[in-house]
Amino acid sequence: MALLLQYTLIYASVLLLVALGGCFSEHSGVINLGLEGIMVMGALGGALVMKSMADLPALLMIVAVVFGSVLFGVVYSLLLAVAAIHLKADQTLVGTAMNLLGTAAATVFVKALNMAEDASNVSSSIQYIEQKKAFSLLKIGNFELSWFMVLAVALLVISHVVLYHTKFGLRLMACGEHPQAADSVGINVYKMRYAGVLISGMLGGIGGIVYITAGVSEWKFENGVAGFGFLALAVMIFGQWKPGLIAMAAVLFGLFRALSNVYSGFDVLAALPLPSTLYNMFPYMISLLVLAVFSGNSRAPKAEGIPYDKGKR
Amino acid sequence: MNRENEKKSFERLLNREGVQSLIASFICIILGLLVGYIVLLCINPAGAGKAIASILKNFMYFPRPAVALEYFGSTLAKTAPLLMCTLSILFAYKVGLFNIGASGQYAVGAGLSLYLALAFQMPWFVCLAAAVVGGGILGGIAGALKAYLNVNEVIAGIMLNWISLYSVNMLLTKVKESSTTYTGALRTNSPGALLPSMGLSSLFSGNRYVTIAIPLSVLIAVWVWVVMEKTKLGYELKATGLNKNAAKYAGMKEKRNMILTMVISGCLSGMGAAFLYLSGIEQWSCAQTAVPAMGFNGIAAAFLGMLHPIGGIFSAYFIQHITSGGSYIDKMIYCSQISDLISAIIIYFCSFVLFFKVCMKRQLRKKKGGQ
Repeated sequence: MALLLQYTLIYASVLLLVALGGCFSEHSGVINLGLEGIMVMGALGGALVMKSMADLPALLMIVAVVFGSVLFGVVYSLLLAVAAIHLKADQTLVGTAMNLLGTAAATVFVKALNMAEDASNVSSSIQYIEQKKAFSLLKIGNFELSWFMVLAVALLVISHVVLYHTKFGLRLMACGEHPQAADSVGINVYKMRYAGVLISGMLGGIGGIVYITAGVSEWKFENGVAGFGFLALAVMIFGQWKPGLIAMAAVLFGLFRALSNVYSGFDVLAALPLPSTLYNMFPYMISLLVLAVFSGNSRAPKAEGIPYDKGKR
Repeated sequence: MNRENEKKSFERLLNREGVQSLIASFICIILGLLVGYIVLLCINPAGAGKAIASILKNFMYFPRPAVALEYFGSTLAKTAPLLMCTLSILFAYKVGLFNIGASGQYAVGAGLSLYLALAFQMPWFVCLAAAVVGGGILGGIAGALKAYLNVNEVIAGIMLNWISLYSVNMLLTKVKESSTTYTGALRTNSPGALLPSMGLSSLFSGNRYVTIAIPLSVLIAVWVWVVMEKTKLGYELKATGLNKNAAKYAGMKEKRNMILTMVISGCLSGMGAAFLYLSGIEQWSCAQTAVPAMGFNGIAAAFLGMLHPIGGIFSAYFIQHITSGGSYIDKMIYCSQISDLISAIIIYFCSFVLFFKVCMKRQLRKKKGGQ
C-alpha cells in the first residue's frame, strides 16, 4: 500500500509538472506537443549532472540536477519558440519533430559518451544508483517521500499565483485568448509567447528528470519517455487548463500509472486473471476515456495554435 | 538578347509553385545533412565525412553490382511500407487532420496479418485484407472521437498507439518462436502468407523480399493523387479540411467526411505493415517497448514530399535510403541512430517550408521591382 502511494505521488508529480508546463505554453497561445521531447532533454540534462558530479553533497546535488534539467529543457524549448512564434510554423509538426529529435539526439549523445569512455559499451543508458539517494527526503517504512514531490507542490502553488495573481500571468493569458486585443493595450505578444514556451521548457525539463528517477536507477535513453508528455497533455485538458484541477487530474492518472508498477503486490489484483500488459495499457485507456468525456466543452485558450500576425485583424 | 530570354525563362521557372516546393525540399535535406554532419564532427571529427558518405551511399557500399542490386531490392522492399505510411499521413493532413496514430494503425496491421498467417495459415490476400481492415477501424475510432467528441486527434492517436502496441504484443506472443521474442518466420511456418513476387525478385539478383508490394504501393500513391485531385469525394474531403462549418453549410456531411478520412488513412497504414511483414523481411518482436518508427518516418517523408503523393514516392525512398544507410556506418565510432537524428532534423526544417517559400517569393518580387 505504501508503495502504491509512493508511486502514485511520484508519477503524479511528473504529470503535474509537465502538465503545468503545457498549461503555461497554451495560455500564451502556443500548443506545445513537443513536451515529450522536452522531457527527454530535461532528463538527459539531469542525468548528465548526476553522472559528472557524482560526489556532491545531497542538497547541492538536488539543486545541480534540477538546474541541469531546467537548462536543457529551456534551451530545447527554444526550438519550438523560434519556429512557432517567429517563423509561424505549423505547431503540430514542430512538436512532433521535437519529440523524434529529442529521443534520437539523446540516444546518439549518450551512446557517443559511453563509447568514448569504454569502446565496448554501446548501450544508451546512464546509471545513477548512488546519486539517486540524494532525492529522498524521509522514509517511513516502505514509503519514501521524495524532494521532487515537495518541489512539484511548491511549483503548483507558484504557478497558480503567477497565473492568476500577477500582472505577468494575466497578460500571458490575454495573449492566448485574444492576442490582437492584448497588443492594442501595449503588451508585447511575441515576448509573452516566448515566456510561455520557455516556462513550459523549464517545467517539462524538471518533469523529465523526476520521471526517470521515479522507479529505476538507470535510464535507457533509446526508450524516450513512453508517451508521458502526451499523458500530461491529457491531464491538462482534463484539468481544464487550471492548475488546481490539473493537480487533481495528475493524482488520478498517477494512480493508474502506479498500478502497473505495483499491482502484483495486491493479492486481489494479482489473483485476477489479467495479463500484466493490461496494466501497462491502463493509463492510456483511461486518458482516452477521459478525453472523450471532457473534450466536448473544452475551455482551451481561444487563440492557441494560431501564429500571431501583427497585421492581421 | 538570347541570354536575357534565358534569364527570364529561368525566373518564370522559379515562380512556379512546384519548383519552389522542390527547392524548399532540397533545402530541408541539405540543412538536415549539414546539422547531422556537424553532430558527427562533434562526436569524432576523424570519421565524420566517411560516415555521411556511407549513409548516403547505402547499398552502393558493396562494390559488386550484383550484391548492390540485391541490397537495393531490400531498401525498396522497406520503402513500400514507408510509402504507405507517408500516404496515410498526407491523406489525413490534406483534410486537416494530423494522423500521428499511423504507427498504431501500422502495429495493428502487423498484428492481425501475422496472427492470421501464423495461427491459421491463411493465404496472403486474407492477411493483407485483415491488416487493411484493422488499420481502418483504428483510424475510424480516432476519427469518430474527433468528429463527435472533439478529442484532439494527435493526443487520441498517441494513446491509441500505445494501446495497440501492447495489444499486438499480447496477441502475437501466442504465435512467437518458443526460444526468442520474435514471431515465427513466415517462410518456414506459413509460406502461403508470403506476398507473391511475380518474378520481380529475379530483377534484383534473386532478392526474395522484393514482392508485388513495391509496384502496388506506387499504384496506390497514384490512386491517392487521383482521389484527392480528380474526384468529388476528394473535393469534399479537402473542403471539410479547409473549413468544416462551410462544408456543412454547403450540404456536405462533415462528420462522416472526417471519419472516412481517418478510416482511409488507417487502411493505408495497416496495409503498409502487411507489405513489410508479409514480405518476410522482418519478424515482429513481442518484447517491443517502442511504437514502430515507420509511422513517424512517414511524417518526415510526407512533409519532405511537400504533401504530394507523387512527391511522397521519392521522399519515402530518400528517408528509407538514409535509414538503411545508417546501418553501414562504422559502429566503432558512431551509432546507427544517427540517421534517425538526421530524419528528425529534416522534419524539423520541413516545418519551415512555408517560411522558405515566403522568402523566395519576396526575393523574386524584389528582383522584379528593381528592373
